[in-house]
Amino acid sequence: MFLSEGSDWDFELLARYDEAIADLAHNKYGLDTYPNQIEVISSEQMMDAYSSVGMPVGYNHWSFGKQFVEVEGRYRRGHMGLAYEIVINSDPCIAYLMEENNITMQALVIAHASYGHNSFFKNNYLFKTWTDASSIIDYLVFARNYIADCEQRHGVKAVEETLDSCHALMNYGVDRYKRPSPISAVEEKRRQREREASLQKQISELWRTFPQLQPAVQLREEAPNFPAEPQENLLYFLEKNAPLLAPWQREIIRIVRKMAQYFYPQRQTKVMNEGWACLWHYTLLNDLYDQGKVTDGFMLEFLQNHSQVIYQPPFTAPFYSGMNPYALGFNMFQDIRRICETPDDEDREWFPEIAGSDWLSTVKFAMESFKDESFIQQFLSPRLIRYFKFFQIADDDRNDYVEVGAIHNEQGYRKVRDALAEQYNLSIQEPNIQVVNANVHGDRTLTLRHQRNSGRPLDENSAREVLRHLHRLWKFEVRLESVEHGSVLNEFSMPPPTVIS
Amino acid sequence: MSYIIDRRLNDKRKSTVNRQRFLRRYRSHIRDAVNDAVSRRSIKDMEQGERISIPRKDLSEPIFHHGPGGQRSIVHPGNQEFHQGDRIRRPDGGGGGGPGDGQASDQGEGNDEFAFEIDKQEFLNFLFEDLELPNLLKRHLEGAHIFQHRHGGIVSQGMPAKINIVRSMRQASMRRRALTAATRKKIRTLKAERDALLEQDQSPQRQARLHELDEQIARLERRVERIPFLDTVDLRYNHHVKVPVPVSRAVMFCIMDVSGSMNQDMKDLAKRFFLLLYLFLERNYEHIEVVFIRHHTSAKEVNEEEFFYSRETGGTIVSSALKLTRDIIEERYPVDEWNLYAAQASDGDNWNDDSPACAKLIEDELLPKLQYFSYVEVMPRAHQALWDHYQNIMQRHSSAFSMAQIDEPGEIYPVFRELFKKRMET
Repeated sequence: MFLSEGSDWDFELLARYDEAIADLAHNKYGLDTYPNQIEVISSEQMMDAYSSVGMPVGYNHWSFGKQFVEVEGRYRRGHMGLAYEIVINSDPCIAYLMEENNITMQALVIAHASYGHNSFFKNNYLFKTWTDASSIIDYLVFARNYIADCEQRHGVKAVEETLDSCHALMNYGVDRYKRPSPISAVEEKRRQREREASLQKQISELWRTFPQLQPAVQLREEAPNFPAEPQENLLYFLEKNAPLLAPWQREIIRIVRKMAQYFYPQRQTKVMNEGWACLWHYTLLNDLYDQGKVTDGFMLEFLQNHSQVIYQPPFTAPFYSGMNPYALGFNMFQDIRRICETPDDEDREWFPEIAGSDWLSTVKFAMESFKDESFIQQFLSPRLIRYFKFFQIADDDRNDYVEVGAIHNEQGYRKVRDALAEQYNLSIQEPNIQVVNANVHGDRTLTLRHQRNSGRPLDENSAREVLRHLHRLWKFEVRLESVEHGSVLNEFSMPPPTVIS
Repeated sequence: MSYIIDRRLNDKRKSTVNRQRFLRRYRSHIRDAVNDAVSRRSIKDMEQGERISIPRKDLSEPIFHHGPGGQRSIVHPGNQEFHQGDRIRRPDGGGGGGPGDGQASDQGEGNDEFAFEIDKQEFLNFLFEDLELPNLLKRHLEGAHIFQHRHGGIVSQGMPAKINIVRSMRQASMRRRALTAATRKKIRTLKAERDALLEQDQSPQRQARLHELDEQIARLERRVERIPFLDTVDLRYNHHVKVPVPVSRAVMFCIMDVSGSMNQDMKDLAKRFFLLLYLFLERNYEHIEVVFIRHHTSAKEVNEEEFFYSRETGGTIVSSALKLTRDIIEERYPVDEWNLYAAQASDGDNWNDDSPACAKLIEDELLPKLQYFSYVEVMPRAHQALWDHYQNIMQRHSSAFSMAQIDEPGEIYPVFRELFKKRMET
């Protein structure tokens, strides 16, 4: 009995598909998901969702407007289609369906977002550690209201400037190793008031010009370095230690920091997250077909869409823009399943511990315990390297050529795999910048250090711009030194040094 | 269990605030683009949106990222001819191994433009930003045909459809309380007495008194109950009144010289000026009428088509047009009902004896009636008699009279801005 024959959808039909897919996902495959909230929206609303990084509520800022006019313009001129879906890591898990899509697409999106992404959000260790799905919507509401309130009290311009500066440092607003404890919005609000009061007191203490009990001389000699350890979370450091910020500015820094932290796992698991979701829309819809619940026409259309999504153009294609995470992720998960179900000698040699094991528990284990970098390092098989015809290019600015370091052959597999994994390592892709010193007893200069990796320099123009933002928050001189092998190679400071004649 | 929700009817314009903030932030860029557009556009599509381009570097949101250089490794798919150890000459200007680093693309070093559209309304907003009409806005009660229904309070007469339930019930409650207050007070005292009696031991007198009290209480309670719950006098009705709506309306006189010396280019300049003025007035008044007057040695009221496109030859007597304007005002546009604006475009040629007469006409007969008179000379050469006479007027009536010279299309908008820019009150 087919669930539907035509291409039109209605709400009852969506519910029937959802029920059929949920039955397979939960009962046959044992996927563990948050409850789903599936929302049907129009294309205009989809554009709104786009420009607010998919969040259903967000504070106001011009950069979201910029994104909106860009998306709107490109969509109107037909330069781009809108994503079929947006899904939010929240509990219940919110997924948006676009009303223009036909029932095949809707079913695909339900399987992809509401069961694929959803189970990833709930079970991957990064999301479990760093995000709290049940409180995010509450927190967003708190943030929006707080910022709107600040705009009322301190003017749109002042708030906008603070936000600009925070956004510039957003990638440096995450704790990579410490785990924050989740708190509810009500609790957040209460604590925010407490913080406002106590923080200012501490800061004043920290910056007190005249120590009362000890003689100043002694203090200068003994003054330990502050901070005691280099700090990687620049926004956190500013929030807690910037001398002249008003309490509301500290709270705004905190809000941006929280958002950065919330999105951090998504940035680290693009390949896995999309691959996992593709694996499940592919598996679940094929199962529906095997059960005789969908027509051949449905299947053909689904497969056409599916193959578009997971298409990887070769590097020679004019529209090539790097790896397609859907393609890589989907093929890797499918490959893991193949290694489990029908391993050959090569697989047994490379993956002795998973070859021939139960595929379902293996892919779940892979999904739960890795991020992109380690996932590729662990599971990219020689067969896939051959399938994608991967090759690694070594680009050294000391040579006037680039060199092919490895290709898809016996000697190259490991090297290609290492290099590709590295490509998804955020801590290598982003410059490593930390706070090393704040001159608390002197002129309050803040010193940051960029630790160069493989001789890669900072982009100077953007570095200067970002320093300007840092200076706006710190309000005293800010210096950034770019260091490799212990020697300072480049230095920036804000305000720029003046030559004294 | 999944919840499927239809959100299509929710607000679509969630991004409006963010979009406006973006436009405000890049206002100067956008205004430049609008200025450009005005001088470039043909007259017919003046009233349209516009595509705005801003250099991407002006609106980048900077983040720390790697610059070109150093040693890096990139993995690409789709190898066809490479072997390990192959050396490939570095692509020019890249310095960074082909299309690698995804995050750099947003920052693009090239002359990438960020382009987006603003709609007609926004275009006009930017076009006329900071401009204002001098001597703005008389509002008049126009005849009897535009009314608005306004809330006129609560009345006690009306038709059932307009009953105000809350007010009616409140009224009823008040009436009930007022009419029964005395009775209920009596009941309370009687009940108190009865309760007191009940506390004491029984005796025949007390028993009789109790009976009497019970009867009285029952009678009084019946009286209270007889007060109607809702009475006709309680009913209150919403009232609406018809209010005549003040309508602001303006008439604009376009006066143009069509003598032989005016060629098509000059007319085109003049037309653009008139058009800008029209668009501008349209934003300020609900109702606009335009009167086209053209003249050579004699003036004539014509329609738009004829005004702009038909050719005439002959000499020039400007005062004929001004007289016609005066006559039309007297005939059709009573000063107390209309805001009157006049714009004159000419190449400055005039019958020499006529110029003083023009000045006198404008000063004595037109300016007292007009909100504003603007004169543009669409002529790149030296000024003639008319200009000098007009300049005298300007000195005496700077708030209601203005003049300027335009040589080429690109100047129209700046001149227009100059004529209508916000003035400080003096």
